[in-house]
Amino acid sequence: MNAVASSAALNEARIVAIVERHRHRDGPLIEVLHEVQADFGCIPSGAVPVIARALNLSRAEVHGVVSFYHHFRTRAPGRHVLQICRAESCQAAGGRAIEAHAQKRLGVGFGETTPDGQVTLDAVFCLGLCACSPAAMFDGEVLGRVTPESLDALIDAGIRVKP
Amino acid sequence: MSVTAWIPRDAGALALGAEATVRKLQSEAKAAGVDVTIRRNGSRGLYWLEPLVEVECAEGRIAYGPVTERDVPDLVAKGLLQGAAHALRIGPVEEHPWLATQQRLTFARVGRIDPLDLAAYRASGGYKGLARALDLGPEATVNEILESGLRGRGGAAFPTGIKWQTVLRQPAGQKYVTCNADEGDSGTFSDRMLLEGDPYALIEGMTIAGFAVGATRGYIYLRIEYPHAFKVLVSAISTAREAGLLGDDVLGSGNSFDIEVRLGAGAYICGEETSMLESLEGRRGEVRVRPPLPAEKGLFGAPTVVNNVITLATVPTILAGGAAAYRDFGQAKSRGTLPLQLAGNIRRGGLVERAFGLTVRELLEDYGGGSQSGRPIRAVQIGGPLGAYLPASQFDTPLEYEALSAIGALLGHGGVVAFDDTVDMLEMARYAMEFCAIESCGKCTPCRIGSVRGAEALAAIGRGEDRERQLVLVEELCDTMLNASLCGLGGMTPFPVQSAMKHFPEDFRPRTRGG
Repeated sequence: MNAVASSAALNEARIVAIVERHRHRDGPLIEVLHEVQADFGCIPSGAVPVIARALNLSRAEVHGVVSFYHHFRTRAPGRHVLQICRAESCQAAGGRAIEAHAQKRLGVGFGETTPDGQVTLDAVFCLGLCACSPAAMFDGEVLGRVTPESLDALIDAGIRVKP
Repeated sequence: MSVTAWIPRDAGALALGAEATVRKLQSEAKAAGVDVTIRRNGSRGLYWLEPLVEVECAEGRIAYGPVTERDVPDLVAKGLLQGAAHALRIGPVEEHPWLATQQRLTFARVGRIDPLDLAAYRASGGYKGLARALDLGPEATVNEILESGLRGRGGAAFPTGIKWQTVLRQPAGQKYVTCNADEGDSGTFSDRMLLEGDPYALIEGMTIAGFAVGATRGYIYLRIEYPHAFKVLVSAISTAREAGLLGDDVLGSGNSFDIEVRLGAGAYICGEETSMLESLEGRRGEVRVRPPLPAEKGLFGAPTVVNNVITLATVPTILAGGAAAYRDFGQAKSRGTLPLQLAGNIRRGGLVERAFGLTVRELLEDYGGGSQSGRPIRAVQIGGPLGAYLPASQFDTPLEYEALSAIGALLGHGGVVAFDDTVDMLEMARYAMEFCAIESCGKCTPCRIGSVRGAEALAAIGRGEDRERQLVLVEELCDTMLNASLCGLGGMTPFPVQSAMKHFPEDFRPRTRGG
């Protein structure tokens, strides 16, 4: 109980420190959220009132921003994130088959994480790699003209780097 | 002997294995006893040839492509580093017809220089535009942009000079220049290529805009899906600041201007200018009601220039060469050049910058070389997910604002996505509604409910359920969304849907589906 309480206090201190780093900027909320997510992997629900208080905003305002943007997560993703582009250019170049392959290989749907916590599968709408569609990104590594084989190789290599 | 080779660090080239090519070339050259310096450039935009390796030779930069890691040992053995013959040898890259027939003004430097090499930027004409603007003064600088005929390249095509003039005429005080780098349309990547390939052009363009309208602060709103562009921008801004090109005394003129990059958080609507401003202020990216225009009351309530990356990156060229020289390109009310982006199911995809007037067919056939699959191109979508689908019978339409508008289509940000004859246009229409549902902010009912009902009705048509009634429902939903949505997301989603229904009615009729 004490351990939980003190870790909550620790987290609160970390969040307040992040807010302090951005307080001088105009319109800092999204910048704060980016850094909280980089630090915690997500925007923990307990962070919302802390951020709201520190920036003199209502909880509703902070929650409203967190829930508006697809990038902000309220639960931490798996150790790896695979983003498959689902937009038109990739669809025109066989992207639907890649979407299906990724779901089959990982055994999860879009927005879900494998049961072992390894990989989160996310849809993305355009990576700007449309002249080499279909495209994907794994932990920030981009891949163009994706085939089922090259996607598997990308996932395997990424997991080898960070098992 | 010592050789210099160029390999792009552009995200598209990286996605096709450029890093592995760099590593392999280094190790193979070393094994062959050749001292090789590998420099990194932006992409020339010939993506079917990426990774494109250029070797500096007596006769210029000799290109080879596509060069994957696997090709490197054979290439080095056969004399790649001396520019020797090989099946993958392209020859002098700028003589390649795909590039030689283009008119690259905005993209003049992209692929030629190291994007972060400020000396190379200045040696190739960089900062001549700002120097001229400083000579001309704000009023005359705005006039140059007005006279150049430059219109916003983000999609709305509003005359840039008029925007600037409005901001200039606002009372002195805090004003802003904001750059919209939220390039979310599928099939578009010119902003990304420019940001990664020539970031100083954007920085100089924003600085000129700041001087012209009396703004001292600039923001670049960059989408989070572009991590490579982010790194390049942050580094370029820091270098420009150290060189006195940003800060309190820009180019020794006594004028102050500085730029901050802010990352979006994955919301398509933030490409719309007023929702981008909301997002920059740290709020939900919901659109604002106009008036007031951002030029009067924009970021933090202050007069604000909002321009797209390509618009701003074109400004230095216009100032350096003069308005008339830029205006000479193009036709009618579409002046200058447009960086078109060719994508989807296409053999030779990439960036084609030409004066306005090229037809869809010329782009698809002369540049694109037809579909990647070898099957006939049945449809193209122009201008992103809210753009209309064109059938082959409309492929002779010139790619310019008015001509496309006349057939109920739009040019948008210049992305052209090709689909071959295996495309199911009913499914593309359903997807358009689904995309709108995913991205809808939920504030207005036509968009929030219309998109969900539209996707459901189109899915039902696909299953052959109550087809006639569902088709009427889709038409009614489109009508409501078109006329009653608060912003372009709901208001324009009917364009791809209705154009698919109009031009490809056979896909909406009962049919025997394979598979």
